[in-house]
Amino acid sequence: MDTILNKLTRCIEFGKTDKAAAWPPDMKDQDGADELALRALEEGHPPDQILDALIAGMEVVGRKFSENKIFVPQMLMSAKAMKAAMTHLKPAFESGAAKRKGTFVIGTVQGDLHDIGKNIVAMYIEGSGYEVVDLGVDVKPEQFLVEIDKHPGCVVGLSALLTTTMINMKRTVDVIRETHPKQVICVGGAPVSEKFCREISADFYSPDPQGAVAFLNRLAS
Amino acid sequence: MTRLSRKDWLVLCSRPPVILDGAWGSLLQQRGLSAGTAPESWNLSHPDDVLAAGEAYVQAGSQIILTNTFGGNRISLARHGLADQAAVINRTGAELSRQAADAGLSRQSVDAGPSRQAAGAGPSRQAAGSGALVFGSIGPTGAMLMMGEVTAAQMSEAYGEQAEALKDGGADGLVIETMADLEEAVIATRAAVSTGLPVVSCMVFDSGPNNDHTMMGVAPAQAAEALEDAGAWAVGANCGRGPEDFLPLCRAFRAATRLPLWMKPNAGLPEFEEGKTVYRMTAEQFAGLVRPLWEQGGATFVGGCCGSNPAFIQALATNPSE
Repeated sequence: MDTILNKLTRCIEFGKTDKAAAWPPDMKDQDGADELALRALEEGHPPDQILDALIAGMEVVGRKFSENKIFVPQMLMSAKAMKAAMTHLKPAFESGAAKRKGTFVIGTVQGDLHDIGKNIVAMYIEGSGYEVVDLGVDVKPEQFLVEIDKHPGCVVGLSALLTTTMINMKRTVDVIRETHPKQVICVGGAPVSEKFCREISADFYSPDPQGAVAFLNRLAS
Repeated sequence: MTRLSRKDWLVLCSRPPVILDGAWGSLLQQRGLSAGTAPESWNLSHPDDVLAAGEAYVQAGSQIILTNTFGGNRISLARHGLADQAAVINRTGAELSRQAADAGLSRQSVDAGPSRQAAGAGPSRQAAGSGALVFGSIGPTGAMLMMGEVTAAQMSEAYGEQAEALKDGGADGLVIETMADLEEAVIATRAAVSTGLPVVSCMVFDSGPNNDHTMMGVAPAQAAEALEDAGAWAVGANCGRGPEDFLPLCRAFRAATRLPLWMKPNAGLPEFEEGKTVYRMTAEQFAGLVRPLWEQGGATFVGGCCGSNPAFIQALATNPSE
């Protein structure tokens, strides 16, 4: 059955942002996530159900990505479509009619200016129903502390691209744990590994954004 | 005034392997460069240290050394507040490598005299086993075209500025390195080609089930075709993975193009030990794994990327054709 919510899920899966978007070529001139999300709201679908439909699309994207069936560009197009749909849901989040699953505070650690990987993870986690606080690049440990206090119960995500800057992950974890010993901290980035995660006493490592969302979902459930 | 004519280039390419250099950043870190500082800024603030890195590779046997200008485009430099110094940073970077290459020349060829002109540029110097060529390093901007973070025109201008400055500083050629996005690689290649210098275009293959695609999903055959179209004189791969993964890459490139291939693998993958990053591969292991790249894979130019150092290049350069 091809409901409007199914169509919305497919727009996220294939990265169809709006009707004018040229991508993907085989969905040319069809309504995109932007139009369909708005219409679903107008037709009276509860915001929570619309969000679930969006998340379902994002799940397929994450699975394909971690199975190496798609690459970063497709992931980014899906995130773009997600963003377009979420704009319409914003009032529902503000009024409490739709709820996010939790808050994720993410940043590239001090000394590292790379943001492509961090942005992809942030977009994917946001598209999976979480509020994401993105602190950007070259983030000092103290900046994480400020956000942790603002968002009780949040999960922290640290990113680094360089072998020389991933050392700063350890310092960041140490500073956070000094005052917040139970803070949950995830790490990721090209040089980072499960072994490194254990060595610096972080809680979780994933080589792909899908793994991070699975971890967050386990914590939230 | 092109230093390296088409003919010189063909002569150079007819004698594989041509030995390249290894990592520069780690040499500068040993000399005190801190994480978070733009390595390229050292061209102005610590020229002697940059010169020493270049000289170490020339002495190790590099026939071509690169320049300390990987992140020297103004879009990358802007993150460090250095955009306005893009031209001088690149020009100085090329001058320093030029100086390192020529110092190697005067040390090694006693009879050739101090003048580079007297010794002759290009392969004739190479043939005498002395000196080195300088290829200017051009890395990615770190900004994504498809997300609208930067326009193609801005990118083209930034790469054009960098390429011209490297040429002004005396580069014999240019190397586009570590590209993940084919559109960006093509823009950089076109900008570099417009200087008239020989241009090598490389991408980084570290994704997909067999680590044979770039992060953006580009396969070697696609890269070879588009970069050759854009005017590259040679194509290839650098960084991302260790030498074992480069043999299949060489073969995929070889099947797609007749251009010379340029290969700079990492020294394996890094491990983390007692607060330090370590690469476990030894120089001899590296040299043993790189050898098949030209013996079986059709590569012409070989060197190292992350984790490699002058000892790795020396191991490569020692009796490479045995």
